[in-house]
Amino acid sequence: MSENPEPASAASGGISMRTMEIATALFFFAVGSLVVYDSHRLGSSWGSDGPEAGYFPFFIGMLICISSAVILCQAIWGRNAGRSGVFVEWQPLRQVMAVLLPALVFVLGIQVIGLYVASAIYIAGFMRWLGKYSWVKSVLLGVAVAAAAFATFEIWFQVPLFKGAFDPLSRLGY
Amino acid sequence: MEDIGALFHGFSVALTPFNLLLMFIGVSLGVIIGVLPGLGGANGIAILLPLTFSMPPTSAIIMLSCIYWGALFGGAITSILFNIPGEPWSVATTFDGYPMAQQGHAGEALTAAFTSSFVGAFVAVVMITFLAPLVARFALQFGPPEFFAVYFLTFCSFIGMGKEPPFKIMAAMMLGFALAAVGIDTVTGQLRLIFGWHELMRGFDFLIAVIGLFGIGEILLSMEEGLSFQGRSARIDPKIVIQTWKKLPRYWATMVRSCLIGCWMGITPGGATPASFMSYGVAKRVSRDGNKFGTGVIEGVIAPETAAHAAGTSALLPMLSLGIPGSPTAAVLLGGLLIWGLQPGPLLFVEQKDFVWGLIASMYLGNIAGLIIVITCVPLFAAILRVPFSIIAPVIVVICAIGAYTVHNAMLDIWFMMLFGVLGYVFKKLSYPLAPLVLALVLGDRAEDSFRQSMLIAQGDVRIFFSNFLVGGIMSLALVLLLWPLFSRLRASLRRTAPAPT
Repeated sequence: MSENPEPASAASGGISMRTMEIATALFFFAVGSLVVYDSHRLGSSWGSDGPEAGYFPFFIGMLICISSAVILCQAIWGRNAGRSGVFVEWQPLRQVMAVLLPALVFVLGIQVIGLYVASAIYIAGFMRWLGKYSWVKSVLLGVAVAAAAFATFEIWFQVPLFKGAFDPLSRLGY
Repeated sequence: MEDIGALFHGFSVALTPFNLLLMFIGVSLGVIIGVLPGLGGANGIAILLPLTFSMPPTSAIIMLSCIYWGALFGGAITSILFNIPGEPWSVATTFDGYPMAQQGHAGEALTAAFTSSFVGAFVAVVMITFLAPLVARFALQFGPPEFFAVYFLTFCSFIGMGKEPPFKIMAAMMLGFALAAVGIDTVTGQLRLIFGWHELMRGFDFLIAVIGLFGIGEILLSMEEGLSFQGRSARIDPKIVIQTWKKLPRYWATMVRSCLIGCWMGITPGGATPASFMSYGVAKRVSRDGNKFGTGVIEGVIAPETAAHAAGTSALLPMLSLGIPGSPTAAVLLGGLLIWGLQPGPLLFVEQKDFVWGLIASMYLGNIAGLIIVITCVPLFAAILRVPFSIIAPVIVVICAIGAYTVHNAMLDIWFMMLFGVLGYVFKKLSYPLAPLVLALVLGDRAEDSFRQSMLIAQGDVRIFFSNFLVGGIMSLALVLLLWPLFSRLRASLRRTAPAPT
């Protein structure tokens, strides 16, 4: 994936711009190749009844490959290749991860215990650990937001949201 | 004249109490969305879209477009009071708006910003009123090759006019097309690009992409910058409003210029953000106090705000008349039309008169409602920004997750949203543009259809795109725009080798 945190230039105090440029270009090239491969499999030429299913995506895939190849060359040999830019320093990266990782756990939580319960826990936990709020405040706000979402979607708009594999709310009759 | 009658009919559609209520709700929500980091016009509307499925389409689009106006207004509040652009198009407003606020002229700056936004939007709506029906009537004669040419023009102008490296624009755009191709091919019914993963059959919905790219991506970015809000006090004294209004007519030339820039950039998919920068730059060069720009000149607030609103509003013109959105937010509105069962494009003006003219009338009314709301409620909206980020961030993530889920009631979409969020963060930092990606994802299938139909008509002969004056002209214009960066670089290098005689 494009976000692989390679510690390529630990000396400069972060992930270097160049590493990320190259990684992203490679990611694009991989996507482009996949598109070309699958379009070719479907048939990317002229069938008996007109253009085949892979006709248009084939060109799209080729264009992705070409442009990512150019970006890759520019990143490696281009004028600014030696530029010691930093994509993100470790400290800010840690802050980003402090949001990203709990968010991923939250999505996993939705999968298991459903959106409402996971939201309440996520908001309360985030406030408690990252915002340093008291337990009471955190839990109150988390439950309040989840309850507001429940009232809006389940009762008012009647759009049921995901209850998760274990559905802890089923006992409430929803 | 016929159109004027239609417009008045539109007012009668828009002026029901229910629609007026929706208008005020929409504008208020929009301002809140514009003020909050991580929620913007595009993803805010994307999240609320599923809630409007049960409403009549006209009411729904009135509310959603009012959210858009509100978001346009809201961006200015944070730029002036907090030096944090709530939206990308209000970055240029911070240059002079924040210094003004620091010198204690926050009220004046805000009034100037809101009023000039209103003027910009108003001019753009007037232009839409008269131009959109003409464009639509003209476009009724379009066949598949012409439509493909217009799509091609749209995408080429992104590459030609964008400030990002051209190959990055191309890569991002083509990624959008590739994502749009995932799923069932509409013509042959074959499954494309799903590699045996059957849950992918639905394809990637652009609403999910918008929520992830702009919502989650923005949260990650703001977290990295470690936001600390230190705002100026925000109260607008009615006396200051009147004083500022008396001063504004002096800057009519700046406004006219900015309106023109904005309308042009909005129709061609340049969008509000480059329009605001360009207008600021031009105003700085032309103005007598050009060297004072950046220290808190009122003109430096008027110019970008007028242009941003003019552009944001006129982006709806190609969306309504051709079915081609000029900005990501217009693209989301277009997605809404499709979901409500309306086919965007020139026929809309013939078949859905109530809808089109109701929407256009609501643009007039919505902007007036917006001006009233923002001028009276600024302190309220500014207070939202004082809520600490550690509360706002998780709440916004939860809202985004709910929004992503409700699009198709699919859990997998929430995972995709997170993936798009990470992509959005990385792309933004490496200056891969997000707008062409989103537009390609929206238009991908239709661009492909028109391309295939053209190819069928011509039996695979590409010369069909130059077969008559109209389609050939559009294609040539597109190619010129596509190669524009090359021309300008060539010119620059020529100038460098042979300095012009002075």
